[in-house]
Amino acid sequence: MTVDTLCRFERALEGLEVGFERVAAAEASERIETIVEEPTVGASLPFEGVSLPDDVTTEPTTAELEAARTGVTPVSFAIAEYGTVAVESTADGAEPISLYPDRHVAVVAESDVVPDLSAGFTRLAEGFDAGRDSVVFATGRSATADMGDLVHGVHGPGDVDVIVLEDR
Amino acid sequence: MAQRTRSEQADRIRHLLETEGPAIHAHASASNARRKETYGGTDDLESLRTDARAIKEDAIDRLPELIETVREAVEANGGTVYVADDAADANAYVADVVEQNGPADETAEPSVVKSKSMTTEEIDLNDALEGEGIDVTETDLGEWVLQVADDTPSHIVGPAMHISRPEIADLFNERFDPDDRFETAEELTRFARDHLGEIITGADVGITGANFVVADSGTIALVTNEGNARKCAVTPDTHVAVAGIEKLIPTLSDLEPFVDIIAKSATGQPISQYVTMLSPPTDSPTLDFDAPDEPITAGEGGAADETGASGTGDPDRDFHLVLLDNGRTDMREDDQLRETLYCIRCGACSNSCANFQSVGGHGFGGETYSGGIATGWEAGVHGQESAAEFNDLCTGCTNCVDACPVKIDIPWINTVVRDRVNRSAESEPHDFLVDGLTPDVEEGGMDLGKRFFGNIGTVAQAASATAPVSNWLADAGPVRAVLERTLGIDRRRDLPSFQRESLVDWFETRGGEAASRKRAAASSERAAQADARDDGADVDREAVLYPDVYTNYVDVDRGKAAVRTLEALGVPVRVPDLPESGRAALSQGMIATADRQASRLYAALAEDLDAGRDVVVIEPSDLAAMHREYERLLPEGSYERLRDGSYEICEYVYGLLENGADPDALSTGDGSQPVAYHSHCQQRTLDLEAPTVAVLESCGYAPETSNAECCGMAGSFGYKQEYYELSIDVGERLAGQVEDAETVVASGTSCGDQLETLLERDVPHPIELLAPGGYRT
Ligand code: SF4
Repeated sequence: MTVDTLCRFERALEGLEVGFERVAAAEASERIETIVEEPTVGASLPFEGVSLPDDVTTEPTTAELEAARTGVTPVSFAIAEYGTVAVESTADGAEPISLYPDRHVAVVAESDVVPDLSAGFTRLAEGFDAGRDSVVFATGRSATADMGDLVHGVHGPGDVDVIVLEDR
Repeated sequence: MAQRTRSEQADRIRHLLETEGPAIHAHASASNARRKETYGGTDDLESLRTDARAIKEDAIDRLPELIETVREAVEANGGTVYVADDAADANAYVADVVEQNGPADETAEPSVVKSKSMTTEEIDLNDALEGEGIDVTETDLGEWVLQVADDTPSHIVGPAMHISRPEIADLFNERFDPDDRFETAEELTRFARDHLGEIITGADVGITGANFVVADSGTIALVTNEGNARKCAVTPDTHVAVAGIEKLIPTLSDLEPFVDIIAKSATGQPISQYVTMLSPPTDSPTLDFDAPDEPITAGEGGAADETGASGTGDPDRDFHLVLLDNGRTDMREDDQLRETLYCIRCGACSNSCANFQSVGGHGFGGETYSGGIATGWEAGVHGQESAAEFNDLCTGCTNCVDACPVKIDIPWINTVVRDRVNRSAESEPHDFLVDGLTPDVEEGGMDLGKRFFGNIGTVAQAASATAPVSNWLADAGPVRAVLERTLGIDRRRDLPSFQRESLVDWFETRGGEAASRKRAAASSERAAQADARDDGADVDREAVLYPDVYTNYVDVDRGKAAVRTLEALGVPVRVPDLPESGRAALSQGMIATADRQASRLYAALAEDLDAGRDVVVIEPSDLAAMHREYERLLPEGSYERLRDGSYEICEYVYGLLENGADPDALSTGDGSQPVAYHSHCQQRTLDLEAPTVAVLESCGYAPETSNAECCGMAGSFGYKQEYYELSIDVGERLAGQVEDAETVVASGTSCGDQLETLLERDVPHPIELLAPGGYRT
């Protein structure tokens, strides 16, 4: 991960009108808390020293999933070129948690931001080899022009934020 | 379905031009503009297209093997693969899966939510399921609008493109009777989201298509923007994916170029919002909204599986991959239709097509598919009759050729199917009038109008020999009525005026080759004197000017201008009487005739090519035949030799000027004289617009190029009664762009004719502007 890649990622997200924050692991929980809109559901964050804010519900019920305004999930990597995050279909429900609520907060380690699609496919292939073979490349906000004009937030989230955890 | 008569077809097209055309044009042309811009900004576009093409060629080649590979992979993941022979087979299987996974209460209706899939449109899956008492809801907003309106897709990517926002608002206000009437896209989208969201959470089965299927991992890739496909796949316990067998690609790494290019070609986005790659059954917990207080992870798969990588997914999940054949195996074995199977259904060919932009997929489309490639799909999956209904809407302009991400020669597929349709027509007693004028090698009872236009060279020769009487006759009212009735030539269209003296005759009369040599030498002499120090000005080339049918018999002036220009630049010219190129025959789907003409033309030119003489062509469509279609009609060596030795006239002049010829020998402008220039569609595809622009600039003009898709005339197309109004509709978009310019030039004969009709003034070829002595208006 170079500074260049991170800048590129930030620019791409800006173009997609997706929020971008770069924070130290120790402050991540606090930052997430300020971004989310309650009620919030989440999938636990597998990054060392980082935990979800207390009032984020993990292992939600379907009622909680439906009612949630925000879903916080880790993403296994991100692609700077397009501003893409890779959401895995894990047993703790990261896929529906990133999809159902109006806002998705994606958390990624800085070292997992790769420069381009090709590097993204290398990461994807490594994951497939390890049995993690269901992944969504999500780029920006859900959108449609089917009702005559571009509208965001159709079936998927209309707001997206990406939190990049600084390398130590 | 019986073929429509000409006037029925004309009525239908007129209706679509008025009703659906405006909305289609707005969306399709905007997508096309965005695609062009995105293509332009993608450095490795050509290598992406080449890679994508190569992967598809390989995959279709290995298809039987890939079907076995994917079966093993999906079964190892815990899912099931079913290969369906045809629509009925696929529908019965899906209905069965739904019945088995329906609600616990057997009397309740099973419910299915679907994401957009043209393949399920192809097999009419919704009707089949509804016939079995299954409730089906489309969740893609465009598809849902169609479902509410009981309408059919008009575009393979934007199915409801033909319905405008106010029309959707009216439809929804009437159907759903909201407290506050819907008006904005925002309101309509919110309503759809909530309404469909509830149906999705209650559904028993989710059905999706697949944009690609990775054989060795059993992964289906779905490319969407709304997120509904994700919801349909993840929410219900049972997921059925229906895909044509051609969607298989060997490995995950083969997916990369497609993920990179499909959104660019479809909508001009760098990448789609969601590229969903699932190897179902996935580990995602199933969502039971009927048990709202159970944690979603409570099922058997649950959070207990800490690795998150069980390999066989959540045990509550059930997955079926239905691979549809429905004619595809036969297409694979058909040397001409096979290419259709490389199609990734991005819709770029539709968006780039002028005729499509005017009428949409309800005019330019068959039972399921629409746009240029629909001819291949419909012929393959629904049969030739379905393709015959709309195949003539492809004028062979080649705008789609540069748009297609997998480099399919879409115009050629249209030509082939047209040829097959011609041949399958019932033999009727030949019309004596047409028979004498049609020395083709076609058989059967093909459309008389097509035969007439396919043999236009012979017609023109006869008309020229009897001009001006033939012109007076042709203009007479009763004759126009007969032409309309027998040949389908619309009586509103001006007919070409045939010249008594052909270009070839004129050239001979003024002394032929010997005189041309003297003139060229005199020009060289003058140039050398004017610039004594410059010894590089001697270009030392000789040219054979190809007298295409229109230049030879109708627009003789542009031929004369070309001869004079070349001589003024020191190039001696020959204008032999040469055979037709086959372009006219090709555009009517008369491949055998074109094949014979290509061989004859090559034979007639072989000696000149061997002698190092350059073949110079004025009419872009004839040059395009030599550079594109001849690859299929001539032996490779002959094709390459002619291709490498032939040039478009302004491209050739550009080369001469670059090599030291002096532009002052031509008619030059003052440096700022504005000229509106409309290139020719096929010329653009050959990348030959730029040389004309460069020549005009170096000769002191300030050319502005048009960016309209097409002039709408396209050879014979605009003459035909059923297409006259469509032709005018397309042409008016171009005319609107250039009408304010004082001088308008166009490279193609038909482009010039169309513009002259619409602008009511002369529209010469650029060479007429440049020729010594200038253009006399
Ligand atoms: S033929 Fe090419 S451009 Fe047309 S839909 Fe298929 S892939 Fe896209």
